[in-house]
Amino acid sequence: MLNFYVTFLYKKMRYLKLLPGLLVTVLLCGCGSPGEKRSEINIVIWHWMTDREPAFQELASRYFKKTKIKISFELYAPSDAYSQKVRAAAQGGTLPEIFGVLGEKRDFASFIKAGHILNLTSYMEKDNAKWRNSFFLNALAINEFFPDNVYGVEAGIYGVPIDIMTIQMLYNKDLFQKLGLNPEQPPVTFEEFLRIGEKIKTANLQGLVSGWGELWMIDCLANNYAFNIMGKDKVLATIRGEIPYTDPDWIKVFSLFKQMQEAGILVDGIVTMINKTAEQLFANEKAVFAFNGSWCVNVYKGMNPNLNYAAIPPPKVTDKYPMAIWGGAGSSFMVNARSKNKEEAVRFLQWLTQPEQQVYLAEATNNLPANKESLERICNKIPKVLEQFADDIDIATHPNIWGISEFSAVIEAFDKGIQSIIIGEKSPEQVAQEVQRIKERELAKIRK
Amino acid sequence: MKSAIYYKTKRITINLIIHLFLLTVAVSCLFPLLWMLSSSLKTQETIFKDMSIIPKEFHFENYYLAWKEGGFGRYFLNSVIYTVSVVIGIIVVASLAAYAFSRLSFPGKNLLFYIFMAAMMIPLPGSFVPLFVLMNKLHLRNTALGYILAMINVGLSTSIFLLKTFFDKMPKELEDAARIDGCSKLGIWWNVALPLAKPVLAVVVVFNALNVWNEYVLALIIFDSKALMPLQVALMNFHGEFITKYPLLMAGLTLTALPIIITYIFMQKYIIKGVTQGAIVG
Amino acid sequence: MKIKSILENYMFVLPALVIFAIFYIIPFVWVFQIGLFDWDGISPTRIFVGLNNFIEIFKEDKIWWQSMWQAGYITLIALTFQNALAFLLALACDREIRLKNFYRLIFFIPPILSEVVVGLVWQWILDGNYGLLNYWLRNLGLAHLARSWLSDPKTALTTVAIIHSWKGFGWGFLIFLAGLQTIPRELYEAARVDGADAWYIFRKITIPLMVPVGVLVAILTILGTMQAFVLIIAMTGGGPAYHTQVPVLRILASMRGSSRFGYACAQGITFGFILMIVSFIQYRFSKKFRQI
Repeated sequence: MLNFYVTFLYKKMRYLKLLPGLLVTVLLCGCGSPGEKRSEINIVIWHWMTDREPAFQELASRYFKKTKIKISFELYAPSDAYSQKVRAAAQGGTLPEIFGVLGEKRDFASFIKAGHILNLTSYMEKDNAKWRNSFFLNALAINEFFPDNVYGVEAGIYGVPIDIMTIQMLYNKDLFQKLGLNPEQPPVTFEEFLRIGEKIKTANLQGLVSGWGELWMIDCLANNYAFNIMGKDKVLATIRGEIPYTDPDWIKVFSLFKQMQEAGILVDGIVTMINKTAEQLFANEKAVFAFNGSWCVNVYKGMNPNLNYAAIPPPKVTDKYPMAIWGGAGSSFMVNARSKNKEEAVRFLQWLTQPEQQVYLAEATNNLPANKESLERICNKIPKVLEQFADDIDIATHPNIWGISEFSAVIEAFDKGIQSIIIGEKSPEQVAQEVQRIKERELAKIRK
Repeated sequence: MKSAIYYKTKRITINLIIHLFLLTVAVSCLFPLLWMLSSSLKTQETIFKDMSIIPKEFHFENYYLAWKEGGFGRYFLNSVIYTVSVVIGIIVVASLAAYAFSRLSFPGKNLLFYIFMAAMMIPLPGSFVPLFVLMNKLHLRNTALGYILAMINVGLSTSIFLLKTFFDKMPKELEDAARIDGCSKLGIWWNVALPLAKPVLAVVVVFNALNVWNEYVLALIIFDSKALMPLQVALMNFHGEFITKYPLLMAGLTLTALPIIITYIFMQKYIIKGVTQGAIVG
Repeated sequence: MKIKSILENYMFVLPALVIFAIFYIIPFVWVFQIGLFDWDGISPTRIFVGLNNFIEIFKEDKIWWQSMWQAGYITLIALTFQNALAFLLALACDREIRLKNFYRLIFFIPPILSEVVVGLVWQWILDGNYGLLNYWLRNLGLAHLARSWLSDPKTALTTVAIIHSWKGFGWGFLIFLAGLQTIPRELYEAARVDGADAWYIFRKITIPLMVPVGVLVAILTILGTMQAFVLIIAMTGGGPAYHTQVPVLRILASMRGSSRFGYACAQGITFGFILMIVSFIQYRFSKKFRQI
């Protein structure tokens, strides 16, 4: 039967002259890279941070000069595709020596339980916990599992933070002046904040911009205020299912968004705004406030080096409990537990988080180092705003260090509900009831 | 009695209305292209500040930077190889199958056709996981061949559907004549059916070329080696998690759009050629 | 002899079948199987839950069905507005008209453009504060119509549908044009000699000959629109609230957001079967229509 094709191919050869050439090219391409035998050690790192790629390459070459160990940083962007690649590689058993796990703590736990991630506790604790103590506590906590955690993971530290971040409120000082406000006296209370809304409206400016089309940015601000209004314990009790979302304190949290909308402090269309659009507006001095993370310093610098702005914690609602902001480890690396080069991989990460390398990384990419000592060293060299971001690392918290996770379905209903409140579709009470209904549904599923 | 002038004015009015309609749509299509071109010549600082279509300063170096920083040279060649191989593969494989579904008879024909059609409709979430594991086992992962085969599969169903519809429309007389002349089935497919189907083949070429040219997720997942990555991967590096280098991204997007536009112009010839071939009756 | 002929016929579909079996059927079986499990996509253990995922979709997941209706609405607009536009433009370009080569090129720009550019440009045009559209409306004395088009729940879905149609009509245009070009000019000539007017020719020759092409474009439009999501992410991210959610976005949310691979697979299969039924009915319906 084969000659069915073959005879035909022979007859039509004149059309197919190109084909062999093409096949050869294809095969050559296919066989080029893998399979080369290497006696020396090669540590492969998969990452997703496009803005840090040049700095990483530089560090890799420095490490090679020092140790003759080859480090290959391999960039796979965007992070969505990166995340899928890591998952697929985990299933196929082809993970590299070092990689990052993006997502919630639950996913991190699954990777550990499946045996993909090395427990770094013993390395951290060596020499009187020298390595462990070099980090900010908050940054390390994101990669830590405490004894008897709900995820069922053996207690320990499973990842190395390479930088830290916080998410705060930003205001444009020049626009403040235009509004007749003192640029050195930003709003401290929520009421002061709302009152500025009136001024913004009459001046025909825009108020707060933020990427609230991406749900997690809403989640972040809402939780900041939840901590402020009811305190950490009550927030965690809600997640455990002991306190309903219909509690007056939670309704108060939801109502804040209604108040902001009514006060005219939110930019039109904030509910579908992606963060990059928000950054664009704030950088071009079209908005007075922005709610954004410390990475923005680098972004604004690129778009408008003369932007005159400062970072503050979100204006507080009450003095009952302290205000919290989200923050902690920006990005972390994990070591593949199944790699035969894991010892070398750990050693490289130890080197990467030493002050000297951390200072280089921070300066080259305008990020905050995870290493405490290096932050002190660069304090005078980094932009003032970045320093303000760093100052509040102590009041920073993050869902990934609470030791318990809210159901994804509840988080989605919560954030989407706040969008509904902003567009005037639902009342805070309605949203609270809906969130609680989904919470109960998910709890019932677990009990089953 | 309506005068000649009446008919002339009527024709002119109709033509005017048609042109007005065409122009309005054309402007809406051209505008984003012009915006992309103009943005590719601005800087990160001016891109959203100065919204005029003609930039105050022309930063042509963006193109050079995009080409160099993105490593376009290497990726460009890869993308061309993938696109050409996949398109040729699909044209051969899909037109053979579509021809059989349209003209030949064999048991299970309809069932098979419906299975192919179903494949167009059922999205497979997370199918990258089995695909990855499978290709790993077949030693096709991290190879150009594996990627090309997987991409042929992506365009296969739609192409078969498109081609079959047009084969069904074509007259059987020419094929009968060829059969009487002693032409084999494959010979008829090649000498009669394919030339007649040129307009739709051109559509299939453009459709699949655009698909492959713009693909990057599968490439990122199955390739580890940078040397194998396609062009879109370079663009993704300008469109980072936190920082988007807008002017370079726009310059890169303009550069990547060019080959597709050229392919389209080239293929258009075949879509229009149908006119002279007059032999096709629906 | 007969068997040989049948085998020969099979040879035509064999290459397609082999590729299809490896790269589609195997993942399909896997996805189908995962749809019966509770699995987060990572852990080595999967919990068998039978048809529970499917039961949840049908009984509890209201947002899934809302997204289904919304995708249906976008598809309806694409089927009518987008395809009418594509057909009219193809008709115009099929005539001996000036600049037709220019138009043929221009109309294919939207499908080529990257979603990033389309998103940026349309967001700029439709923005509530600085948008061009609102600027024009205000200048025309229609200030009361000005709004932020993509985040107002009343207009978000329709706006997205129109932009989607704008981005996609080039394909319909191309296929219609290819179809129109295969109609022999002699037919038109003969009709004209017989004294038929343009409208009569259009009704009695063009339309009947274009019905199969129309069916093809319609099915491709349904598939293309129901499965579209990149543009929606670029425009609204599925918001405000759930107003521009579509099934594919829900599947992605289950898979990436909540790490529920099993549920995502079940959603994909449910979605595929609904699409299949719709397309099948349409295909059958059009076959009958053609026979009349």
